[in-house]
Parts: sequence; C-alpha cells; structure tokens
Amino acid sequence: MNLPVIFKFVIDLLAVLLLALGIKGLSKVKSARDANRLAALAMLLSVIGLLSYYLGTSGIAIQSWIWIIIGSIIGSLFGAILAKKVPMTSMPETVALFNGCGGMSSLLVALGVAIFPISGGQENFDFFKSLINEVSISVSIFVGAITFTGSIVAMAKLQGWLSTPGWTQSKVRHFVNIVFAVASLIAFFDLINGNTSSIWLLVIISSLLGIGVTLPIGGADMPVVISLLNSYSGIAAAAAGFVVDSQLLIVAGAMVGAAGLILTQVMCKGMNRSLVSVLFGGSLSAQSTASSGSGEYTNITSCSVEECALTLEAANKVIIVPGYGLAVAQAQHTLREVTKKLEQNGIEVVYAIHPVAGRMPGHMNVLLAEADVPYEQLKEMDVVNPDFPATDVVLVLGANDVVNPQAKNDSSSPLYGMPVLDVQEARTVFVIKRGMSAGYSGIKNDLFDLPNTSMVFGDAKKVLNDLIGELKDLGVGEK
Amino acid sequence: MSFISLLWVLLLGSLLGLELIGKVPPTLHTPLMSGANAISGITMLAALTLIVKAEGNMPLLIIGSVSLGFALFNVVGGFFVTDRMLAMFSRKPSNKK
Repeated sequence: MNLPVIFKFVIDLLAVLLLALGIKGLSKVKSARDANRLAALAMLLSVIGLLSYYLGTSGIAIQSWIWIIIGSIIGSLFGAILAKKVPMTSMPETVALFNGCGGMSSLLVALGVAIFPISGGQENFDFFKSLINEVSISVSIFVGAITFTGSIVAMAKLQGWLSTPGWTQSKVRHFVNIVFAVASLIAFFDLINGNTSSIWLLVIISSLLGIGVTLPIGGADMPVVISLLNSYSGIAAAAAGFVVDSQLLIVAGAMVGAAGLILTQVMCKGMNRSLVSVLFGGSLSAQSTASSGSGEYTNITSCSVEECALTLEAANKVIIVPGYGLAVAQAQHTLREVTKKLEQNGIEVVYAIHPVAGRMPGHMNVLLAEADVPYEQLKEMDVVNPDFPATDVVLVLGANDVVNPQAKNDSSSPLYGMPVLDVQEARTVFVIKRGMSAGYSGIKNDLFDLPNTSMVFGDAKKVLNDLIGELKDLGVGEK
Repeated sequence: MSFISLLWVLLLGSLLGLELIGKVPPTLHTPLMSGANAISGITMLAALTLIVKAEGNMPLLIIGSVSLGFALFNVVGGFFVTDRMLAMFSRKPSNKK
C-alpha cells in the first residue's frame, strides 16, 4: 500500500464514523444541529479524500478539473439559494425536490458508465465482474429513476401543481403499475444479458413506475412517501457505489437506505397506518367520497371574534391546536402575540401538537419555534390528551382531521383508528377556519356540530389580529 | 476490492443504519429526514470518479458534471435546509430577543 491509498483509507474510515455519529445525533433534540454539521463535515472530508487519492495516483486532468468546478459551483449555488429562500411552510416539497435530484445523480452516473465504459476496468474481461457491473448499473438506474420521478411528483402534489387523478384511485392503477413493474423487470434482465439498447427502455419505464406509484398517494400519507423515497435514494447511492467500486459510497448509501426505512416505519406508526396501506390503499380523500360518514352539518354555531376574546379572558387554561391552515396563513407570529397577552394575564397556554399536524411530522414544531414559542409549551398528543377535560378553551387554528372525533367514534369513517386530539372534552372549543370546507381528507368533521364548538370564520392571521385588538380593548395583557 | 467484500460492506452498512435510529421524537422527523437526504447526496463521489476517469471523453465529462451538479444541489441544499430548521429549535439568547 502506498501513501495515497492509506490516506484515502483513513479519511474514508473517519467519514463513515462521522456520518454514523451524525445520523445518530440527528435523532436527539439537543445534539441535532451539531450532528448535522458533523455530517456535512464528513461529506467534505470524503471529497477531499477522493480527490487527493486521484491526485496522488493517476492525477487529475485540467479538463476534468474544469468540469468538476462547473458542476460543483452550479449545483451548490442553486442548492444554497433555494435552501435560504424557501419559506418554512414548503419544507416538505423542498426535501422532496432535493431527494429527487440525489436520485437523478445516481441515475446519471450509471448511465454514463453504461454508455461509455470507464477505461481501466475492462481490460482483463472477467465474466463474473462484468455481470456484477451490469447488475449494479441496472439497479442504480432503476432505483434512481423511481426516486427522481417519484420525488418530483410528490413535490408537485404538495405544491398543489398536481391533483390526484380519479383513475389512480380505482383498480386501474394496480394494473398499470404491475405492467410498468413487469416491463421494467424485462428491461432489467435484458440489460444484464448484454442488450445495451434496453437501457433507455429501463430509464423510461422506471420513470413511469415512479410516477405511477406516487401519483395515487395524497394527504397525510405524503410525508411517509417522501421518507420512503429518501430511503430509495440511499439505495441508489449504494448501487452507484458498486458501479464505481467505492466502499464509502456503499456504506453511506446503505446507512441512509436503512435509516430511511426505519424512519418511514416510525412515521407510519405515528399515524396508525401500515406501510402497505399507504402504498397500495389509496389516499384517504378518495375513499371518503364513497363513505357513508359524509353529510350535512346540522348544528353549526358561529361566533364573533369579540365573543371569542371574552371567553378567552375568563379562561384559566387554554390549549392551542395548530394545523396546516396556520402555516398557510403564516400566522405563527400573530398567534404568539395572542398567547403572550394571555400569559401575561396569568392564563396557562399549551400547544397540542398532533404527530401529523401540518403536512409533515414536526412541521408545526418548526413553525412555532420560528415564532419563539418556548419548546416546553409544545405538548405531544399522548401527553396533552388527558388535559382536555380540565381545559377551559381550545383554539383550533387551521387544523381539521386531527381533531375529528369520528376517528374514535365512527367505525365506518375512513379516519377510524387514527389517533386524534380529544378537543371536544374541553369546555369550549373555538375553530378558526376560512369556511366550511372539509379538511385534507375531505371528510366531514363531527366536532363542528357539537354544542360546545363555535366557529370563527376568517383567515387565521386576520382573526388573530382582530383577537389581539379585542384583547387589548378588554385590557388583557397590559400591566 | 472483491465483490464479496463489497457485499459485506453493504450488509454492515445496512445494519448500522437500522441500529442508528431508535426512538426519534416526532419533532425531529422532518429534520432527520432532511439530514439523511443530504447524506444520500454522497453519490457525488461517484460523479467525481466519473469525471476524473473520463480521460477527455467529452459526453462523459458532461454527464459527470451534470450528475455532480445534481448531487451537490442535494447535499448543499439539504444540509442548509436542515440547519435552518434546527436553528429554530435552539433557544439561545443571541437568537433575537
């Protein structure tokens, strides 16, 4: 072993260690930020290790340097700009977009190697070795393409650019996807058999499969899909590692792939859904149209902001239930002002966070943290649920399905079995909502019909602003 | 590197990944996903290898460069976005009063 080889070996080992510590640290609140930086450092190290290895052995041509610099600058620049500019509300789709590009990268590497075999590897032709090479190229293309198109579809759906087409909710989609899957398998084996022209077939069909699998999924299941696709991009990276013979790539890819799978599982558990029903069950919204649970509201009470303020003033304990509507209205800062006033008046304020509130687990935590809400005031569902009977006022802000009592009471409801917040146990519930439209699942919310529920119609931010005014008039929070 | 030892690497890496995440608080689901996602951009090493070994083959250089761009978009964007999310959890007094 000469010096460059040893140097690269040490660096790679160090990078793997740091990456593992990074993933580990990211699962604890205290260490998460440092862990993220550690992982970033590990990535930088791995690049330095690889480049110095080539500098010390074969050397790197000027031409290669130019293309390395062009690719690096453009990719990093766009990545950094997007990461800085994107609003916190669109985090899920941003992660999906990044993820898709990772898949695209693995796909391109495999394509490049397949079309223009790298010199140096093919001299002493070894059947076994070339077979492995072809298999890893095919896997890399297959998984990479699914990751790319799947992520892009997920992003487009979250952005609202794509809706869920009707046919995808019928049996047709299983048929279509099975056809795609079989066709891609055929292309896969054809490619391994040495028929290089089928590579394009594989690219196209895998891409279609990625679209076909992701398109029918919607609603609260979206984060699970993104997490799963994230796991795929790890697998694609590991496959690319086989293509270019890099242990580091294989280890890191396998780690992300496995960790992503576990995270997907954890998310499914939080929503009381199985991975199978997420992938093949169809989205909640479509099932609900056929459900018997839908119907007209019979007993809606609406009330003014003033009444709401009066009730709040008289309360001892208030629980806030934030949802996607709050994120859309960008009302987290206004909400914080309202709760500050209440706290100054000696009213206990707690935020109840449902595991899938918003469009992604942790979405609400991030949003409220941005508005400087103390971390201790955010309570998870299991912790806060026993508190509702002793609560005077619950403010539901842009949340809907996560407070639907149907999930507990009505076994015919598509929501049945999903854990929900028991807000109806509180003395008074105010639901701040733009109109009577259904939630993301498209299901009627029985909560709105209950006698202790009052609706305050309006945009969350506007209502909260009015509420601040009313509270001011009542002299709340002015000492 | 023989194929068998690469398979060992794959196996051990997967086991490591399975063990690393035990109990994650829901708060961290999004940042963890985003951080892991940034790491999956490690495929940039494959893109780099491709460019270095291209030996003046122009189409290969371009494919490698585009691939490197995609990967770095994933890596740089991913880490920045994760950091932005996590920065909000840290309650340091320096953060604005």
